[in-house]
Amino acid sequence: MSFWLLLTVNSITFGGLLFLLSAGFSLIFGLMRIPNLTHGSMFMVGAYLGTSFLSGALGFTLDFWAAAILGALEVAVLGALMERLLLRRLAGQQLAQVLVTLGVSFMVADLCLMGWGGDPISVTTPEGLGGFVRIGPAVFPLYRMAVIGIAVVFAIALWLMLERTRLGAMIRAGVDDPQMARVVGIRVSQLFTIVFGLGAGLAGFAGMIGGPILSVYPGLDQDMLPLALVVVILGGTGSLLGSFVGSIIVGFIYNFGQALLPELAYFVLFLPMVLVLVLRPQGLFGGQVL
Amino acid sequence: MKYQPVAVGVAVLALVALPFVVTEPYYVNIASQILLYAVFALGLNILVGYGGLVSLGHAGLSGVAAYGVAYLLAAGYGHTVAIAGGLGAGLVVSAGFAALALRASGISFIMITLALGEIIWGLAYRWISITNGDNGITVNTRPAPFGLPLTSAVSFYNATLLVFLLAIAGCAVVVNSPFGAALAGTRDQPRRMTALGYHVWMIRFWAFMLSGLLSAVSGVLFVYYNQFISPQALALTASAEGLLMVISGGAATLLGPVVGAALVVIVKNVVSAYIARWNFMLGAIFVAIVVLMPEGLVPGTVRLARSGWRSARRNRTARPASAPAPIAEPKP
Repeated sequence: MSFWLLLTVNSITFGGLLFLLSAGFSLIFGLMRIPNLTHGSMFMVGAYLGTSFLSGALGFTLDFWAAAILGALEVAVLGALMERLLLRRLAGQQLAQVLVTLGVSFMVADLCLMGWGGDPISVTTPEGLGGFVRIGPAVFPLYRMAVIGIAVVFAIALWLMLERTRLGAMIRAGVDDPQMARVVGIRVSQLFTIVFGLGAGLAGFAGMIGGPILSVYPGLDQDMLPLALVVVILGGTGSLLGSFVGSIIVGFIYNFGQALLPELAYFVLFLPMVLVLVLRPQGLFGGQVL
Repeated sequence: MKYQPVAVGVAVLALVALPFVVTEPYYVNIASQILLYAVFALGLNILVGYGGLVSLGHAGLSGVAAYGVAYLLAAGYGHTVAIAGGLGAGLVVSAGFAALALRASGISFIMITLALGEIIWGLAYRWISITNGDNGITVNTRPAPFGLPLTSAVSFYNATLLVFLLAIAGCAVVVNSPFGAALAGTRDQPRRMTALGYHVWMIRFWAFMLSGLLSAVSGVLFVYYNQFISPQALALTASAEGLLMVISGGAATLLGPVVGAALVVIVKNVVSAYIARWNFMLGAIFVAIVVLMPEGLVPGTVRLARSGWRSARRNRTARPASAPAPIAEPKP
């Protein structure tokens, strides 16, 4: 009984991490019409930067949350710079943009290998969250509950930002109809930079938050990117609700798959994607056909 | 174009004569690598260049074929069965890839093929009872067709050359056939092709299958060349390397992928002799080519050479400089 409960908690936790990762991915795709193949790298860089702030390799040490936030900000700046300096030069050429993000992801992966070495780096759970909570007969690890809480807070904040603010309205307009948004005076190209930075920052934050659970290792980027792809194919592009539901589904399938069919866990992920592609190509909540 | 048969003949002779001129086995092996990657790039080019469908999952297709061969050999079957099984597995997986990925085109096609390719990689990595996981599978012997063992570098080069020549000849036939024209039509004007009564999906499907067959063939060559297969050969970097070969050489040309394969293999071998940072180089070359020379090296060089030739002749005959811009010139 407690095995299943724990597995469920782990699935929701992983789903929360995936949401932080894929919400930005989905928004970038919805707005710019390109899959950002550096998204896994952003996740990994956020985690690596965070570990450096924690360990004091840069001459100072921060606590876990400050490290996560500072890492996320740095990754956000890197993402915005990449959009400005590289992708902007190729405006309108989606294929070229995708290939550039692919090339950059290889460069980032190799730079991380150079900077942080090939050994996995484990991240200690932040102070005060190392314990367990007891709810009835079951015991839950506190940190995982905290991750779920963070994901829910971010989901609500993102939703409010998209639905209730001027910036959110402009982003939604850009996702729905970029040409028309330009015509009514929205600077869509500026939105590209903002959304790219925001998505990158979210991914970097998720990387550090996921650190105590996944640890940080070379190849983390290539492990996470396909999961973000599957989430977005499942949930539909440009839809926050879609990424949320997709993340939870993928979180469950991934964790239950690993527990029940450890050798085929990666393969089992593929089944809901096949079903969605066959039955509903636009994704569960997507407006446009993928 | 009357010199074309002569040029082809000279090129084939040069390739056949190569192991007599370059006797060092190291260089012969690099030539074999170039040829086997060229087969892969030719296959990818059918889809990327002529079909306009960019796939980032093709290493999965050649990987399935390679694993098929290795698995069947390890299970005690002969080389004929293993090769047939490997090619069959590659084709079956290609059909699955095509059925799913062809529900989309453009950017979404890239995403789906990428996800599918990563799933094949995940299987190779984690399905340890079949694939032996990260340790890979070793292949102890190479086949001996017609009693000719392929153990030496030169004999393997000759076999690879034969397969390569068949592949490029096949590509030339297909590309110049009505099917090739229809495929290019689905790339440029899918809606008009539908209106003209062509079954766009079916044309793309068969293009995918042909592409998958060539990938599988290169996978078989790969596993016999290295006598080893591990998940590394199926990673996203391998698919990206293939795409780099196609794009750097020039998509939708017959020779482009071959030049691209030579470029990538040579750079990879030269670079890894000096620094261990091949992935960084791969990414940097990718970005540089996409940003600076998106048309690829072969068309770019042809364009430059032709405009140079024109301007030289123009100077001689002192014609007014009202010739059309070279970039807009139609292909002969």
